[in-house]
Amino acid sequence: MKELSVLIGGKAGDGITNAGALIAQILNHSGYYVYMYTEYPSLIRGGHNFAIVRAAESQVSVHRNRVDFLLALDQKTIDLHRDICPECMVIVNADLVKPVPNGQGISINAILTAETAPAIMGNSAMIGAFTKAGGVLWETVEEIFHSHMTKGVEQNLRVARRAYDNVQTVRTIEPLHRPALPLITGNEAIGLGLVKAGLSAYVSYPMTPSSGILHFLAENADRFGLSVIHPENEIAVILMALGFSYAGRRVAVGTSGGGFCLMTEGLSLAGMAELPLVIVVSQRTGPSTGLPTYTGQSDLRFVLHAGQGEFPRLVVAPADATEAYYWSAVAMNLAWKYQIPAFVLSDKTLSEGMYSFDPEKTGVVVAEETQNWDKRPPYHRYRDIPTGISPLAFPGEKDAIVKVNSYVHDESGITTESAEMVTLMTKKRLRKWAGLSDELNRYPAVNVRGAAGASTALLCWGSVRGACEEVAYTLDLRVVQPLVLSPFPSAQLIKACTGATRVIAIEENATSQLAALAREHGTRVDETITKYDGRPFTPDELLTRVLEVMAK
Amino acid sequence: MIRSLITEAQNTWCPGCGNFSIQHTLKAVLDGMEKSGKSLDDVVLVSGIGCHAKIADYLNINSFYALHGRTIPVATGIKLANPRLTVICCAGDGDAYAEGLDHLIFAAKRNIDITLIVHNNRVYGLTTGQYTPTSPLGFTGKSTPKGTIEYPFNPVELMLASGATYVARGYTKKLSLLQQVIREGIAHKGFAYIDVLQICATFFNMTDQYNAKVYELAGYDPSSFEAACEKAREWDYNRDAPIALGTLYRRQLPTFDERFPVHAMTQEDRERGISEVLGTRR
Repeated sequence: MKELSVLIGGKAGDGITNAGALIAQILNHSGYYVYMYTEYPSLIRGGHNFAIVRAAESQVSVHRNRVDFLLALDQKTIDLHRDICPECMVIVNADLVKPVPNGQGISINAILTAETAPAIMGNSAMIGAFTKAGGVLWETVEEIFHSHMTKGVEQNLRVARRAYDNVQTVRTIEPLHRPALPLITGNEAIGLGLVKAGLSAYVSYPMTPSSGILHFLAENADRFGLSVIHPENEIAVILMALGFSYAGRRVAVGTSGGGFCLMTEGLSLAGMAELPLVIVVSQRTGPSTGLPTYTGQSDLRFVLHAGQGEFPRLVVAPADATEAYYWSAVAMNLAWKYQIPAFVLSDKTLSEGMYSFDPEKTGVVVAEETQNWDKRPPYHRYRDIPTGISPLAFPGEKDAIVKVNSYVHDESGITTESAEMVTLMTKKRLRKWAGLSDELNRYPAVNVRGAAGASTALLCWGSVRGACEEVAYTLDLRVVQPLVLSPFPSAQLIKACTGATRVIAIEENATSQLAALAREHGTRVDETITKYDGRPFTPDELLTRVLEVMAK
Repeated sequence: MIRSLITEAQNTWCPGCGNFSIQHTLKAVLDGMEKSGKSLDDVVLVSGIGCHAKIADYLNINSFYALHGRTIPVATGIKLANPRLTVICCAGDGDAYAEGLDHLIFAAKRNIDITLIVHNNRVYGLTTGQYTPTSPLGFTGKSTPKGTIEYPFNPVELMLASGATYVARGYTKKLSLLQQVIREGIAHKGFAYIDVLQICATFFNMTDQYNAKVYELAGYDPSSFEAACEKAREWDYNRDAPIALGTLYRRQLPTFDERFPVHAMTQEDRERGISEVLGTRR
């Protein structure tokens, strides 16, 4: 596979993420599929930030720990990343970085002084140098700066040009002549998927790595007709959302593990009151505050079991932007169809990773109609019918008295302690769970990739699929990825693992949560590989780990 | 539709409970609204958890029987979702002043157009008698058998400080005044806060003390913030002092919900929007 990777690093505040995004666009316009990974500490200024842009001739959704171009705005970039770049092209900011063998230096200070440009434009100089070193046409740089910079385009171009003219081309990045695709983050894909299925309000309190959804939807609120609210805390977030839901507006909330802790009483209320709601939980390294800006997959069991009492919930865990878009829309539709809370379980790698996104390849999904009241009074919000799904009406509707209740209630929504009614309502909720379970058989709830007939299967969920898939191609293995985790797709998973004599579960947590879940549901898991240092698996690292396990 | 405003749910409040007065008053206000042409289909009652909250079962209107402390965020969501609805919150003092204090302050800060009626009996009734944030110093309850060692806070002063645009106090033994402030609160465009001194017949019966101290505001200008603060501080919910009843403060300001107009979008609108965004990312 034709591919290349570029690492750009500098201090927090240098604009590394933006610079990475521009490099990603340059490679996108050179005909490559792109994935960008960013890593940054939880502070505003001064720490080391870096972005790795990987470009390949087919879709990729993970970075590698080997790069071809190393762009160092500071010395730390060299000190920390030189080892993953043994033979690569290095460009350094000569003002701050010691000369590197085979490297080229540019004096960013001199360029900025000559153009009387602010310090933040230093990364445009680095981009100019990179494009020349990679043999990219100047016209491409001009085009990308014009279409993706909101201000100071001409000055940035002059800065970039000075660096461009001062660097030698060392390796020509071969253009692939494939049309450029939109580049979006996982968080943006989630937001767009929710909009596709009729999102009309988004309520959220900022928390990394979910905040990107809040920022994206707030910025586009008018375009999508959204009410976007940032309330006092996550308790208010979920309760406000339930107010929206009760009033008939499609609503979602987003947070990470700590914020979701505060939402659990509201989650249980959604279960009892049968109020549809989408909850996006983007995981980071836990427990507690943990590593706020790093990834993890340790909240699977938490999301599956959070909230007192027993009630149906949908949990989907997409692996990349394409799946995030499709499954966020599905989550919204199924939340409303079954009047239940539905989770989109993401993680930092997916939420903040940037992907080539092909809207033609997402799968078809539109906002589905719900089953509504037939307008023959009296209205009973919890009418007991065979599916368990009571027809909906909303306050303001003529002659409908809509009563929802956190207590055990009768069909009209009035509190009761009758043993018979407690049993009846519990059974009603269980029937919805069964109906949802059946319905999911019509969805691709378990993904199989790689060599479908291989005797060794890599079992994974969420963003880890990207690394698993590449290892599977290298070693001719099977990848099995449940996309739905509740109701657990037991039959689809058993089928997906049929013929596999060795199942290896690969997760970014310490206790192999999916492995235990799969075993509970009748799928044998032979080996587990875990990683819990906050950094995602790269294919290179995972290959070594899988080979170790296979050599046993 | 002709509806009885009272459901068939069996009423389980104690004899003599102040909640009867609030329910009776609210029913009279709703009746009045209906007579003046307002459809009660457009009214929603949100309650918390506690003795007060049973009102959601007893009044035959749209209701959201929520969680302890969480009436206000639910009501805020409903109002933002459909600004045409009249949203009334009934909360207990445990709800509004303990478990959900943050929401109370933010509702005032935002000036969301909802009406909050706090059934302030200054004791936890449903959990059988513990102190609340407005119980007087030394209150002996089941969790404080030797008496509380903390002062109550003054919720009226707190609401003035937080930016509430309608602040009033009622008393469950002064029904016509109670009806007047609830009616005014609902008519007020913005966050209306009404603290109702409510008798708890079983755990904290303050009838004699209140009867001796309450007075109705007369010749008073509720547009003055300074005057409202002075009235609010006259009684601190602890010491023996005159207790003003009526509208203490009223001011018109833009409301939170006005800033969130509802846009109905079609599937085509949404898809066009998605294409536009994707177009900028190419």
